[in-house]
Amino acid sequence: MRALLLHPAAKPVVFVLCLLPLAYLVVGAAADSLGANPAEALIRAAGDWTLRFLCLTLAVTPLRLRTRTPQLARFRRMLGLFTFFYACLHLLAYGWLDMGLDVADIGRDILKRPFILVGFTTWLLLLPLALTSSNAAVRALGGRAWRALHRLVYLIAPLALLHFFWMRSGKNDFAEVGVYAAIIGALLLERLYRYFTPRTVAGV
Amino acid sequence: MPIRDRRNGFDHPHSRDITPQGVYESRRRWLTLLATGAAGGALAAWAGRDALAQAARPGKLAPLPGVASRVAGAMTMEKSTDYQDATSYNNFYEFGTRKSDPARNAHTLVTSPWTVEIEGLVKKPGKMGLDELLKLAPLEDRVYRLRCVEGWSMVIPWVGYSLAELIKRVEPLGSAKFVEFVTLADPRQMPDLRSGVLDWPYTEALRLDEAQHPLTLLAFGMYGEVLPNQNGAPVRLVVPWKYGFKSAKSIVKIRFVEREPRTAWNKAAANEYGFYSNVNPEVDHPRWSQATERRIGEDGLFAKKRKTLLFNGYEAQVGQLYAGMDLRKNF
Repeated sequence: MRALLLHPAAKPVVFVLCLLPLAYLVVGAAADSLGANPAEALIRAAGDWTLRFLCLTLAVTPLRLRTRTPQLARFRRMLGLFTFFYACLHLLAYGWLDMGLDVADIGRDILKRPFILVGFTTWLLLLPLALTSSNAAVRALGGRAWRALHRLVYLIAPLALLHFFWMRSGKNDFAEVGVYAAIIGALLLERLYRYFTPRTVAGV
Repeated sequence: MPIRDRRNGFDHPHSRDITPQGVYESRRRWLTLLATGAAGGALAAWAGRDALAQAARPGKLAPLPGVASRVAGAMTMEKSTDYQDATSYNNFYEFGTRKSDPARNAHTLVTSPWTVEIEGLVKKPGKMGLDELLKLAPLEDRVYRLRCVEGWSMVIPWVGYSLAELIKRVEPLGSAKFVEFVTLADPRQMPDLRSGVLDWPYTEALRLDEAQHPLTLLAFGMYGEVLPNQNGAPVRLVVPWKYGFKSAKSIVKIRFVEREPRTAWNKAAANEYGFYSNVNPEVDHPRWSQATERRIGEDGLFAKKRKTLLFNGYEAQVGQLYAGMDLRKNF
């Protein structure tokens, strides 16, 4: 397993896997197989995948530590960037399919509706993380500042959940929100637990 | 009479056994006539196929023919939504909250036998079977715009008659001011009743004058056939100038009352869903704009959404019902 994770083809394979949801949506839109309201299906699917990639990204470190698989760290940046990628698609789909790319309308909509404001803020917070994802950026910022900046994700995850919760409150249907909240909650609690318990094994 | 064959076929002991020539000739004329009649019928259907094609029945369920409605505003010329879209993209929370759920789950709904109970402030309360309801007034074809509160719309050819016909027969008392519609809530037929999404049974209500408006339709069918389960079989309400959720599905009780009843969505979120819920582009839902809508299956993926019309375009017919009312306050 660990050898597989280190295989030169591992990263390209994961990269292609991460693009599969997009491929599915593009093919679905072209073949008109996304149901009666393809615009809505695209906007929602892009949002769903943003949340899923956020979960995956947040799962890397706990998994790496608990299973003692340092090789997993190779994939964290890529997963994080895919989170941002699907967040951009989500925003673009909303701005284009729902608002017809009318910037004034979009601006008014964002300011008028708290649930969209929260979503947009979450995207804005992802932006500096994506921009500082390169090795050069890490060097320029220095490890300590870079880590501090990237702790923004602990704000991003609850905001993303709030956005989803608010959207679903129209349907009064919180089952799915609950699943994501449980996953993200567990991943964040795991970090809290690790933070407050002294390290027992040297070098981990 | 013994069976006779070629050898003794004309060997009749009694003359009464012999069919007179006139009788058997007239039988043959009848048979010829019948045969041409049948062929003629087939020819007529063939000749009429173009007329049929214009409102082609989907051929999925039992036909339910109606005559074109003469009620003002009841026959929009807009293109009807594809039957496939209209029957696969539904809100019917008793069968699940996703749009695709009702089409998948509503097969468990038992629509026969079905009775609708009329109760409350009327002279003639009682139970009516579906057959009785179907015969109460002539069925009409009506093509209505349907605007969902979520910001999408369809155009649906319904089959039914004005609810006013039923109201007339049951004779509401002077004290009756509102009509409440109670829909089926049977956990054995409806899987999602276990979820606490709404306070079941789903109820809706109209002011009596709204209920009596000729456009308010008691619908039994759509696209020339009986209602599919996911669209509210076997009998539902259609109020075309209000958001779709006001049009209660699978109705089991119609109650005449004096005071404004609480309604399902109003109970769930009073600040978001008012009692009237008239389609109004000026009054936004707290979480999204109602100024525009997406017409399902019509507007391209990248097309701008179309403008929503006041009272869903039925202002000329229903505007006077709300004369002098503050539509922002009474949303």
